[in-house]
Amino acid sequence: MIQASLKKRLHGANGKFDLDVNLQVAEGEFIALFGPSGVGKTTLLRCLAGLEQAEGNIVINGETWLDTAQRINLSPQQRRVGYMFQDYALFPNMTVRGNLEFALRKGSDKKRVDELLELMGLGELQQRKPETLSGGQKQRVALARALASEPRLLLLDEPFSALDGEMRVHLHDEILRLQRHFAITTIIVSHDVGEVYKLANRVLVMEEGRITHQGNPAEVFSSGQTSGKFRFTGEILAIEPMDVLFSLTVLIGNQIVRVVAMPNEAGLLQAGDRVMLVSKAFNPMVFKLG
Amino acid sequence: MTLDWQPLILTFKLASVTTAILLCIGVPFAWWLANTRIRFKPMVEALVSMPLVLPPSVLGFYLLLAFSPTHWFGQWLDRVAGIRLAFSFEGLIIASIIFSFPFLVHPIQAAFQNLPRSLTDAAQVLGKSPCQIFMRVLLPNIKPALLSGTVLAFAHTVGEFGVVLMIGGNLPHETRVASIAIYDEVEALNYAAANFYAGVLFMLSFLILLVVYVINRKALK
Repeated sequence: MIQASLKKRLHGANGKFDLDVNLQVAEGEFIALFGPSGVGKTTLLRCLAGLEQAEGNIVINGETWLDTAQRINLSPQQRRVGYMFQDYALFPNMTVRGNLEFALRKGSDKKRVDELLELMGLGELQQRKPETLSGGQKQRVALARALASEPRLLLLDEPFSALDGEMRVHLHDEILRLQRHFAITTIIVSHDVGEVYKLANRVLVMEEGRITHQGNPAEVFSSGQTSGKFRFTGEILAIEPMDVLFSLTVLIGNQIVRVVAMPNEAGLLQAGDRVMLVSKAFNPMVFKLG
Repeated sequence: MTLDWQPLILTFKLASVTTAILLCIGVPFAWWLANTRIRFKPMVEALVSMPLVLPPSVLGFYLLLAFSPTHWFGQWLDRVAGIRLAFSFEGLIIASIIFSFPFLVHPIQAAFQNLPRSLTDAAQVLGKSPCQIFMRVLLPNIKPALLSGTVLAFAHTVGEFGVVLMIGGNLPHETRVASIAIYDEVEALNYAAANFYAGVLFMLSFLILLVVYVINRKALK
């Protein structure tokens, strides 16, 4: 069980704001911190790891890591978290195996390194230096290294942001498998809805340093409605007249969609507007791809 | 003509001792300078870089004054420790350390600054002490800069003339290093001896720099 209540003044792109967060995480939960960049997600993670200072308190399984009122503040070294950095932060001077061995705590069994190398399918790469690895391989080494230190809490800072689609899906499965294998409480920072949906059992949506919604991903992302209607947000690229109607070209994600609009609707819109496309009252057909 | 090897030996002794001491103080200092956020950091950096722009005779002049037994600092050294630094090998070492300091500190400081912060963060989270982080993560990842800093400081000490002349003079076996010997022999119209010292310095300097570039090229691959 983790209980944290943290306050910190942040300097964002739009001026100063306060990180002000209350967290309760149960043992073995997989939590996602979701929100646009610059709202304090990474800072919150760094405060939990002790890499940045904040006011408040952090108690994990009855052990106090931070209590500014009582002047308790454990160093990152004493906190025993596993942290996966956005740039992976693998030590360039050490081999894959060396990186994992460096992470071992005093007195821990060296067999843990072999076990992790095998679990992550890194056996063949163990003598390679990080610079010779692909992005996905580095990511796996970074995850294995974070777990090698026998952490009590695993923190993942946008671990998939540098990877392409197929690799992501593969590594999502990998992380889920390991998280369950070690039954370790995990917090991931992400701004990818699909990723959060797949990995987390609870999502905390952050805005301007505060948690604005939380719940399981299905509830949070569908706003609690289960009518099954389609709803996408996108940006209008062009509006063209077409007989008595207008044709709208809308960019949704990286797909371009053309829809029709009535003249009175089109009159209120212009290119560049953000819009929501909603379709109701019919059931979509579903085709499996690939 | 019998060739006197003494000035060359003295030169390399001076350069070796200077470089060894510089490494001990310069590397931690470069690390401190790369990470500090104190307000007067620009002043410290300017002071460290002064020997790059000052005429060597300026530094030599002030050191000579400070080392002189009539100055309070020289007097204090003489009284407390019985050391006289002016016109002595020890004095040359101190002057060379000050003069070669930026040549060692600059490349190493730049290398420390270029290391991603996340390396230190990662090692901290893995429970490593600052000393372990320094020795096992930071130093091994700036090897090329360590090498170029060391060699530049060594080569620069070998080539120093102005400071040595000001505070060392020309005492055989004590302060008569190769660069001084060349000047001395030319003044005595003894071109063959001057050519010998100059030729050895020329070849050695070239070889040292060649080795650095070859090693750094290999490190990049």
